[in-house]
Amino acid sequence: MSGLEISDIRARFGHAEVLRGIDCRVAAGETVVLFGPSGAGKTTLLRAIAGVEPAASGVVRIDGREVQDLEPEHRPLGMAFQNFSLYPHLSAYENIASPLRARRLRSQEIEVRVRRVAELLRIGHVLGHIPRELSNGQKQRTALARALVAEPPVLLLDDPLRNVDAKLRYEMRLELPPLLRKTGAAVIFVTQDFREAMALADRVVVLREGAVLQDAPAEEVYEAPASVPVAQLFGDPPMNLLSAHLVPEGNRVRAEAAGMAPSFADLDITHLERPFLGVRPEDVLLASRPAGGAHAEILAVTPLHDRCVLLLRAADGTELVASVTGAAPEPGTFVSIAGARHAVLFDPVNGHRLAISGARTEVAA
Amino acid sequence: MPEPVIRVLRGGALALILLFFLFPILWILLMSFQTNADILRIPPRLGFTPTLSNYVALLSGKLATSSGTLDITFLRNLGNSLLLSVASVAASLVLGVPAAYAFARYRFRLGESIAFTLLSFRFAPPLLVLLPLSLYFQILGLTNTYGGLIWVYQLITLPLILWIVRGYFEDASPDIEHAYRVDGHSWWRTFTRIAIPLARPGIAAAGLLAFIFAWNNFVFALVLASADKQPVTVGALAFVTAAGIQYGQIAAAIVLSILPTLALALYAQRWLVEGLSLGAVKG
Repeated sequence: MSGLEISDIRARFGHAEVLRGIDCRVAAGETVVLFGPSGAGKTTLLRAIAGVEPAASGVVRIDGREVQDLEPEHRPLGMAFQNFSLYPHLSAYENIASPLRARRLRSQEIEVRVRRVAELLRIGHVLGHIPRELSNGQKQRTALARALVAEPPVLLLDDPLRNVDAKLRYEMRLELPPLLRKTGAAVIFVTQDFREAMALADRVVVLREGAVLQDAPAEEVYEAPASVPVAQLFGDPPMNLLSAHLVPEGNRVRAEAAGMAPSFADLDITHLERPFLGVRPEDVLLASRPAGGAHAEILAVTPLHDRCVLLLRAADGTELVASVTGAAPEPGTFVSIAGARHAVLFDPVNGHRLAISGARTEVAA
Repeated sequence: MPEPVIRVLRGGALALILLFFLFPILWILLMSFQTNADILRIPPRLGFTPTLSNYVALLSGKLATSSGTLDITFLRNLGNSLLLSVASVAASLVLGVPAAYAFARYRFRLGESIAFTLLSFRFAPPLLVLLPLSLYFQILGLTNTYGGLIWVYQLITLPLILWIVRGYFEDASPDIEHAYRVDGHSWWRTFTRIAIPLARPGIAAAGLLAFIFAWNNFVFALVLASADKQPVTVGALAFVTAAGIQYGQIAAAIVLSILPTLALALYAQRWLVEGLSLGAVKG
């Protein structure tokens, strides 16, 4: 298989198990976003793949070749570090040229390739500067250029947009996917930002406490989180998780909570008591006039210019978040909850996903 | 307090401190241009006829005293000082910088104990080790050799360089070195092209300090070497003659022996103040 393939990557620092056997495949030309909270082991995993993490073990294959026993300089990959890690005593040009110098290319060739990648990332005018003289955005692009310049078959990008301002981050989210696709590399992109994950990912791998919680296309992770922790991590505002009451209805089951009652098929409820009903805020259907549905009081309103996020208290006392488009309603007024456009049911004991209702897109349960 | 008052007070305090530290040096400089008679006059006088006789005596190697002419080996001592200090610091840099890097970057068995043992060489008074050392040196045939002295000088210079440079290596982010490795460079190239340049201010500071300590050492050479291998610190004893203490020559000798250290300090200052690692990582 061309691309990157890792299996059973483990790492422990003292007694703390940081990676608990990670398996993952990234095909050439594919961008996999490694998503997870701080301390999930994302950076450690990248470092393990790059060979700069002595505490790690496991198998790393690049284009079918096992590289886990090779020194970092012999692994065909490029890496952009979260803290940039530029060489402070070398110019931006020499920073970017470093992988090419290591490959002993002729200096004309180096010049051509450094200029090309620098133009692509719009840092051509600062190549003569040393890192101290660069803005954070320019440092970040220099680090990215250094990872890209030798066109390695594997690219490891460790949260490269974390330290740049909002405008640049937005631009880069637009620019990076075509750029990465053009390199044809197998890309692992680390981020804690779910919007970045949605924007960049062909596939999302959700990591928490050193274990993979879900490995699926971004849309699927969003609409059908594999478990409660994924539902809590992926999304902003996060998915509502409500304790639901089950009502059998023919061969289907209705899960009632906060005035919503989505129905689920093929659900064995013999041992199931009060599962969690997961509903994305934008999937909470509201009726502006109290008519038919359950009443809910609006406790707080956060306007987000294109839509606003409402904190509601339903008639049964549960609090939930809904997001609506249009004018912001007044806090203290009432709306009615008409239902859920799309919902996910989770096992209350182990947190695993049980069923999906009202699929917006077809997703394997 | 108003701003000008504070500024005056601060200036006054600075002047006092400078006077305290620099006055002896100024006085020595004045003494070096005076005859012994001028120096010993009480009360001392600022108005005197400057003479170069002290320097002439030092450089010609002939010391005229009331009881005849004495041969002095000041220039040879100065050369010995230079040779011993430069060679000791060079050896310590070659040994100490890689060792400091190892202690900073790698955890290995007994690592901390070894580092601490090396530091502990600085705790013991030199006289404590000198007696056994002089016996060993006689057996090994190292007594009165430059090699033997340079070896013993490592007790002074090596721990200093090791511990100062280690701190600088620890301050640099290992990720910068990791990035260079991932770029495709070998461990050795990473050490020489990244780690050492980033620690250069520390290496300069440690080298300078070690040089000064080596230069000022007295007791090792006094015991372990004879006249032709001794540095200026020991050679200055020659000015305590049967005909009295030659203060003028001592002063001139001190002035001359300060010069190399001073020159080195001025030269190394460039690197001492260079804050290379700024802006290397985020922030």
